[in-house]
Amino acid sequence: MSTIGYDSWAVDLAEVGAVYPFQGSEGLMVVLGVVFWIAWHRIQFVREGAHLEKAKQMGDKDKINSLLEKY
Amino acid sequence: MDGNLNALTTVFTEFYYWVTVVFMFLIHVGFCMYEVGASRHRNHMHTLMKNIMIIPLVTVTFFFFGWWIYWAFPNFPFFGGLNHEAGAANLPWSQNMATNLSDRITGVFWAAFLLFSWTAASIVSGAVIERIRSSALWVHAVMIGSVFWIIDAAWGWHAEGWMVKYLGYHDAYASGVIHAIAGGYALGVIMVLGPRLGKFAADGTPRDIPPHNPWMLTIGIFLIYSGFWGFYAACNIPVISPEGIGGLLTGDTWTATNIYLAPTSLSAITFNFLMSLSGGLMAAYVVSKGDAFWTFSGGLAGIITASAGNDLYHPIQAMLVGAVGVVIVYNLHYWVERRFKLDDAVGAVAVHGYSGIVGLILAGFLLWGAPSSPYEGYATVNPVGQTIGAVIMFGVLGWLPGFLIAKMQAAAGVLRIPVEVELQGLDYAEHHAYEEAKAEIIAADKAALNGGSVPAE
Repeated sequence: MSTIGYDSWAVDLAEVGAVYPFQGSEGLMVVLGVVFWIAWHRIQFVREGAHLEKAKQMGDKDKINSLLEKY
Repeated sequence: MDGNLNALTTVFTEFYYWVTVVFMFLIHVGFCMYEVGASRHRNHMHTLMKNIMIIPLVTVTFFFFGWWIYWAFPNFPFFGGLNHEAGAANLPWSQNMATNLSDRITGVFWAAFLLFSWTAASIVSGAVIERIRSSALWVHAVMIGSVFWIIDAAWGWHAEGWMVKYLGYHDAYASGVIHAIAGGYALGVIMVLGPRLGKFAADGTPRDIPPHNPWMLTIGIFLIYSGFWGFYAACNIPVISPEGIGGLLTGDTWTATNIYLAPTSLSAITFNFLMSLSGGLMAAYVVSKGDAFWTFSGGLAGIITASAGNDLYHPIQAMLVGAVGVVIVYNLHYWVERRFKLDDAVGAVAVHGYSGIVGLILAGFLLWGAPSSPYEGYATVNPVGQTIGAVIMFGVLGWLPGFLIAKMQAAAGVLRIPVEVELQGLDYAEHHAYEEAKAEIIAADKAALNGGSVPAE
């Protein structure tokens, strides 16, 4: 039993379509993919929020002034 | 060429490989930029020269014997010995290895493989910057570029290779064949070479040595992505008839094939290249907490992890495989660095070596039971074969020779630069002469301005 549906390449390509593993679970794969994408945004939002909160306490006025001068 | 259809196919194939080779040149440009960007200012010219000279040294040795190894070694030494017939046609004195109107493919096919050879050598080059002798690196470049990687290609990346035949080894876009071996080789060398001065604090805590030029490093990695895309195309045979591959396919539909002569398409690998790049970038951003260079390298690691099966994966599978691989290799890199005090200056062992291993093993599960080749009687893809394959690529053909050769060089005192030179930088001697010459000219100009001697008019 092969995950791609073929055990041999001795086939007529005119009759071959999809050859990726686990055909029939495209819907599930899309769900997994979308979960990965949405989870990425969630993690990134939370992390960036924490980072900005920390960053806004970091700079003292003199250093920020010298940064502004640099342009 | 017999008939215009054959002529057209041959000329198309010739042109196809030529284009892929030109794209793949960008990989080397990218590696040069990345290494110079990562190294400190006092080592730039040395770093650049070290990587540039890989080009001629690996090219000429690949012409003299590397290409012959690929054709003669698929079953050597354990499974039938050398293939003298196939080897003879690819010896440097064969008429195929020259201008020859009855053979238009050997030159461009040779060059496609040669560019892989440069890549294997260049991966090792990145790990050892700022402290290896050029002479030592160039021996390693020849050994991995024209000997060890091409043995692994003959065994696991040739339609008749014994690993494909008996293990069901499947590595269509070279997770193991280029990346695991080069990462393993780099690991062997850095274990002997030792870290850069200052890399580890007295208590063994690793220090980050920041890149000198982030812009150059970023452009470098984007060039590597671009060349890598060309590399994917170069791993395919663009068009072939069922008769052209000995009737291994039935019917009369022509197709592109992977290196094992199994059908695939440029469309399939384009989907999967881009999705695995994306999965790698997204996962690396998260796992590295937004570290720019690890994010960029994670894109590369994502592609490398998915490469073993990217001829067959669904694009979402390619994305997830790329993402999973990056999480594993990022954590493994820092664990090895802390545990064994190894300094891999650009993360080459992780991005190429660990990704390659993870990619091979994952492909064993995801493609379980798929035919590794169109030839009858070959083992099908399976996790055990892929894992053994990973050990052979990373450990036997990569790590072991890298370690042994580096040990010999260290014993002869020709591996590492002297401490004094490392402190002043490898470019200091050249810069010193430059600064002196500049000072002399400025002094002469000033003397002329103040009424001193002037050249005769």
